Amino acid sequence: MELFVLQLFNGLSISSILLLVALGLAITFGLMKVINMAHGELIMIGAYATYLTQNLFISYMPAELFDWYFVLAVPVSFGIAFLIGMVLEAGLIRFLYGRPLDSLLATWGVGLVLQQLARTIFGAPNVAVKSPAWLDGGMVVMGGTLLPYKRLFIIALVIACLVAMYLYIYRSNEGRRMRAVMQNREMAACLGISTRRVDRMTFAIGSGIAGIAGCALTLLGPIGPSLGTYYIVDAFMVVVLGGVGKLVGTILGATGIGMFNTMFEYWTNASLGKVLVFVCIVAFLQWKPSGFVAMRTRSLD
Amino acid sequence: MLAVQQLESGYGESVILRDISLRVRAGQVVCLLGRNGVGKTTLMKTVMGLLKVRKGEVRYNGADMTRKAPGLRARAGIGYVPQGREIFPQLTVYENLLLGLEASRDGAVQLPEEAHRRFPVLPAMFGRRGGDLSGGQQQQLAFARALVSKPELLLLDEPCEGIQPSIVDDIREVIRSIKGDGRTAILLVEQSLEFVKDVGDYFYVIDKGGIAWEGEPEALTEEVVRQYLTV
Repeated sequence: MELFVLQLFNGLSISSILLLVALGLAITFGLMKVINMAHGELIMIGAYATYLTQNLFISYMPAELFDWYFVLAVPVSFGIAFLIGMVLEAGLIRFLYGRPLDSLLATWGVGLVLQQLARTIFGAPNVAVKSPAWLDGGMVVMGGTLLPYKRLFIIALVIACLVAMYLYIYRSNEGRRMRAVMQNREMAACLGISTRRVDRMTFAIGSGIAGIAGCALTLLGPIGPSLGTYYIVDAFMVVVLGGVGKLVGTILGATGIGMFNTMFEYWTNASLGKVLVFVCIVAFLQWKPSGFVAMRTRSLD
Repeated sequence: MLAVQQLESGYGESVILRDISLRVRAGQVVCLLGRNGVGKTTLMKTVMGLLKVRKGEVRYNGADMTRKAPGLRARAGIGYVPQGREIFPQLTVYENLLLGLEASRDGAVQLPEEAHRRFPVLPAMFGRRGGDLSGGQQQQLAFARALVSKPELLLLDEPCEGIQPSIVDDIREVIRSIKGDGRTAILLVEQSLEFVKDVGDYFYVIDKGGIAWEGEPEALTEEVVRQYLTV
């Protein structure tokens, strides 16, 4: 029983990390259909933004306030990644809509440039971000199983991001414009919606969420310029498995991969577990090429 | 109100329309007639700004709109009901209508009564997704969505094409009542001669990408119809 709870928690924890990493991509790739290979680097930027916030707190703020830097780091990493996403969209992506191969190559190049930029500014070695003291330790449940606060915090952060995204996309005027543009660009323009503005905002928000993911990753280990490359494949996998264009699908995709990964790793070992997960994904996509949740309506014919 | 002069337009390299000139005055219903494939829809798309003008100009209320984006034209008071309806399939009926407000010039945030009054079937379907509606219902939704912004000029591209007769009657009734109110001019593409003769104030017949004939309803004789419209 204890083991079961621990495995379940581990699965949930991995799912939450996968989901956080993939959420931004669910917008830029899922909704906008831009194959954004620089997504990993936007995560990296979020991580370094957290590192910077930490350093600023160490230099300029009284020591007793240090623990609260992380609360500020979340919006700061969102903001910086948001701005860089906006610049990226205005300077490059907007010329590449509807040209998937070109955007794949171009964003990959941008990713390399950003990695090198991080190396130049922060140096090639990994840097450590000290987690705030209130995230050390964990919650003990059922006599002995320890659930680390950091992992719980990431799960809570994912839920918060999901709720915020849901409210923005499905309940706000901006979100309604966004969905209209993604579904029928020409008609949205004919109704007076500024499609340029919507594109820019949508891409920037997707980038900003990647930034938040980077912020959360600082809790799990040291960060370096190539941080994003470890996560980009997983992120695409989650979005594709879940079904492009649907938030619910992304959640299912992340949970599926996370749970199976934990299970297989427990039964075999870390590398074989990963292989088994990939085999399952390939098999599943053969069976259902459009992923868990496909768009279904008569008007898509 | 709308003045198109010596317009040349088309898709990519192929020129569809040559030397088209036409006018729509405030409150007038102007009908575009012509056989299939002569460029009626192309003309509508060009007036809305979806297709680039190669030569000539499009003026609206005296302002040059030739190079303006569709959104700016919508906000200037041109409403568009495209052929094939083009509603947003994943959005609810209510959300589809709310998007009509984007172009409203009085900054309204609530749906005006008008849209409901003219299409009484819509409020019952507010929660359903646009894509789940039947073709006729989608057409009514697209029409209502264009009316939400209270346009001064309405571009209607075959609003009765391929839908059931009872809804065709409803839509024609709406067009008549808009004409009756006299606040909105209409540029109408429509196949039914009987209906356009009843509702139209002025006619343009398009053939081979140019204006082949134009005139008042009385002048639209059997001879004209035989020459340009019968297949």
